[in-house]
Amino acid sequence: MTEPSTSTEAPTEGAVATRAAADTVANAEATPVKEQPYAALGLTAGEYQSIREILGRRPTSGELAMYSVMWSEHCSYKSSKQYLRQFGSKTTEKMRKNLMVGMGENAGVVDVGEGWAVTFKVESHNHPSFIEPFQGAATGVGGIVRDIISMGARPVAVMDQLRFGAIDHPDTARVVHGVVSGISFYGNCLGLPNIGGETWFDPVYQGNPLVNALSVGVLRHEDLHLANARGVGNKVVLFGARTGGDGIGGASILASDTFSAGGPTKRPAVQVGDPFAEKVLIECCLELFRDKLVEGIQDLGAAGISCATSELASNGDGGMFIELEKVLLRDPTLTAEEILMSESQERMMAVVTPEKLEGFLAVTAKWDVETSVLGEVTDTGRLIINWHGEEIVNVEPRTVAVDGPVYDRPVAYPSWIDALQADSASRLPHAETPQELRAEAIALLGSANLASKDWVTNQYDRYVGGNTALSFPDDGGMIRVDEESGLGFAIASDANGRYCQLDPYQGAKLALAEAFRNVAVTGATPVAVSDCLNFGSPENPEVMWQFSKAVEGLADGCLELEIPVTGGNVSFYNQTGTQPIHPTPVVAVLGVIQDVADRIPSGWQDEGNNIYLLGVTRDELDGSAWAGVIHDHLGGHPPIVDLSAEASLAALLHAGASQNIVASAHDLTDGGLLQSLAESVLRFGVGARVWISEIMQRDGVDATTALFSESTGRVIVSVPREDDVRFQGLCEGRGYPVLRIGVTDAALPALEIQDQFTLTIDELRDVHRGTLPEHFGAVVGY
Amino acid sequence: MQIGVITFPGSLDDRDAQRAVRLAGAEPVALWHGEHDLRGVDAIVLPGGFSYCDYLRCGAIAAHSPIMSEVIDAANAGMPVLGICNGFQMLAEAHLLPGGLVRNDHGNFICRDQLLRVENTTTAWTTAFEPSAEIVIPLKNGEGGFIASAEELARLEGEGQVAFRYLGVNPNGSMNDIAGVSNARGNVVGLMPHPEHATEPGFGPDTAAAMRSGVDGLLFFTSVMRALVESA
Repeated sequence: MTEPSTSTEAPTEGAVATRAAADTVANAEATPVKEQPYAALGLTAGEYQSIREILGRRPTSGELAMYSVMWSEHCSYKSSKQYLRQFGSKTTEKMRKNLMVGMGENAGVVDVGEGWAVTFKVESHNHPSFIEPFQGAATGVGGIVRDIISMGARPVAVMDQLRFGAIDHPDTARVVHGVVSGISFYGNCLGLPNIGGETWFDPVYQGNPLVNALSVGVLRHEDLHLANARGVGNKVVLFGARTGGDGIGGASILASDTFSAGGPTKRPAVQVGDPFAEKVLIECCLELFRDKLVEGIQDLGAAGISCATSELASNGDGGMFIELEKVLLRDPTLTAEEILMSESQERMMAVVTPEKLEGFLAVTAKWDVETSVLGEVTDTGRLIINWHGEEIVNVEPRTVAVDGPVYDRPVAYPSWIDALQADSASRLPHAETPQELRAEAIALLGSANLASKDWVTNQYDRYVGGNTALSFPDDGGMIRVDEESGLGFAIASDANGRYCQLDPYQGAKLALAEAFRNVAVTGATPVAVSDCLNFGSPENPEVMWQFSKAVEGLADGCLELEIPVTGGNVSFYNQTGTQPIHPTPVVAVLGVIQDVADRIPSGWQDEGNNIYLLGVTRDELDGSAWAGVIHDHLGGHPPIVDLSAEASLAALLHAGASQNIVASAHDLTDGGLLQSLAESVLRFGVGARVWISEIMQRDGVDATTALFSESTGRVIVSVPREDDVRFQGLCEGRGYPVLRIGVTDAALPALEIQDQFTLTIDELRDVHRGTLPEHFGAVVGY
Repeated sequence: MQIGVITFPGSLDDRDAQRAVRLAGAEPVALWHGEHDLRGVDAIVLPGGFSYCDYLRCGAIAAHSPIMSEVIDAANAGMPVLGICNGFQMLAEAHLLPGGLVRNDHGNFICRDQLLRVENTTTAWTTAFEPSAEIVIPLKNGEGGFIASAEELARLEGEGQVAFRYLGVNPNGSMNDIAGVSNARGNVVGLMPHPEHATEPGFGPDTAAAMRSGVDGLLFFTSVMRALVESA
């Protein structure tokens, strides 16, 4: 351990003897024609020219560093901004009503009642996680958690949305082991329960895995903090870990570029995480908030000090003066430009009034958190940064942080999409005998994307905090917010890249519908959305078309359901060479439940409960797991989405939960009815007898379709016999299609599909649990 | 009756231990690692977590925190002390408990609902259990493998200092399936599983009766309350 130091002076260590002469503003004015490495920093010639025009001179090397990271795709949203505006424009009064903080801040904040608010956000850490899976994934968790802290909230849960290459590809295990252990290491050390998430395998992610991280925090309304620097004379304080040479240019070089074979290794651009420093930082921040010692606060993530100073100044009174040599360094040889760009983890920047500075420093000292006062808020309208007494940055902060370039990238309807959509799964042969159907069921249950993810989730702490009411394998995670009243939230995230490849507009709506349904089956009421939009290169017009359609679909869907998008993240350049990933818009839906005691589990526990299927089954096998696993096929049109039906279904489930007449509820999605039935059996090891003849008859479908179709708006619920009449009345009253399709049977160690086949629980368990351990190693206890 | 819960830098389940104390009917008192002050509590819990991020060895740095000198004195004077997970590691590092904890044999962090047998119902933290009671307590750790020399192991087994044993599955390669031990006097107990996470219906491990309804961990705290009343 290093001794903590609290410094308002320049650090004496880190001798300045070797310091290179900085490129000062005076020097920039004196040498207007100097050649500058803007292209190596990721800026285009046009962008460089704009910077010169804004400044009326060439930028100093420090200014160039700041503009290059802040104008990167990752930080500026320059290709996506014009589309993302829909999330703000397609809203209603109802959607805005409970939104305390919307898009543009570190994370959105939603009023959940009783004086409580919830903040949540999902963010990508894709490229670092491929280069250095452990650190990339670990710091992905760290980054999103700091976004949550900077709103004034206590982080209370995390979950991750992971997409890997083919499960049997030789490189996949490297990435899987690294990413899962990185998340496990960092999240577990922070004491945040991991309550859900997704793990997918598909060759399209082989050279570009997706590692998205989501965090949720809770706060009292009065504790809300924002990232702004107000009050002339207030101090600008940097605290947390020291600044090092890690992650330099992470946002501009890694996150905003495409991997190319044979290029130089980009490993130094990946940050290194220290969860202990972050855990201490969390507790320290919460104490600072509690004692009201902070005016404004911002975490340091992508673009580090460049981002924090320019954003805080832009959102506040507009002026700031910083003495950069006061930054505490891990490596004393860092140049001013490197300090401005470093993405070292576990750092925060706060704005503190001079009267409260002493109290502030006492709290950071208590937690052994190193702190340095860098400068203060001014009324100059300029962000001025000095380096050992010389001015190296003098900019209008908005030109760095807010008014970056905006691109209207060319959009082109993909040349291949008509042929893909014309190639429907309807031409694929269906099983002709119960034996064939049984074999398909087993193949699906053990397929990489439908198999149990216990190998992953058993490495995560789901208990810490003592408020976890639901976690995997249930459809949504649920956390109690208030121990007295039982108020809580539920959260689920989803994205099906196969559907989005077929139709990005529908695919995004399908992701929304599924996440919405996954929250609804817990008994909670969905209230808000966050997203992480993972796409290929925006410079590819066909990718830009996919992006525009997905955003439109998501915005339209949210408008129809009347739940707002509160914030999110865009990750472009997810491709290998010229081959983009399937569009993967991860959609997270947050729900509220008045008392978590009313929550509904996903599986059967009791003997003799009736099993009902809510919703209708259509011939919708295009893009399904069945088409992919059994026939290696992807084509046609994804299932229809009826969001008003989803809303009715959610209301029905909420009523069932609050009247305590639904014993379990499980969403139907990838793999269809059979998958949900199998998971409901496996949840607590209670068998069932099920018949599908009435589904086939009512909906005019065959057995393959009844079992494997992925039609939306469907849920299986189990209902105790004594509540049967009330439950049926509930469905009839709301006009929602319902069929009794079976009964739970605790004495039957099997899932019996009458007239078709039987799978014993042991068989189901072996098939469902076996796949991941076969590739990645044993799970304890299996 | 007051039970102190010490927070170290990197403690994670400290608030959860406080809640468990409250649910059992005692009064939790938050103690700070940096103070030489036990605030007059009647018993002490060292909670789970990653104190100092497991630098050096798990619990090694925390075992030298300022408050530990008071904890060691109190333990030697007979005060009941419970170490949970990282707290167990600290007690082993502070030589209040025998043996040591090493990386799980399979190399990964593991979180599971773990079946245990209570092997000794005479310690300060286990008197409320039936002899040989089988209980389910959440386990979550990366370095939970219990080790001791052959000699020491034989002594622990012989003198009844094995307090808990893993049943069904040994989740981390612990010698003799040992999940928890006590000191010779029985006032200091440490175990890797987390009893504080099996104290509140709705938030514990699954049982046959209902999801997350397991509360076997409550008996740790009612045991110590009984022990304190009897010794008063």
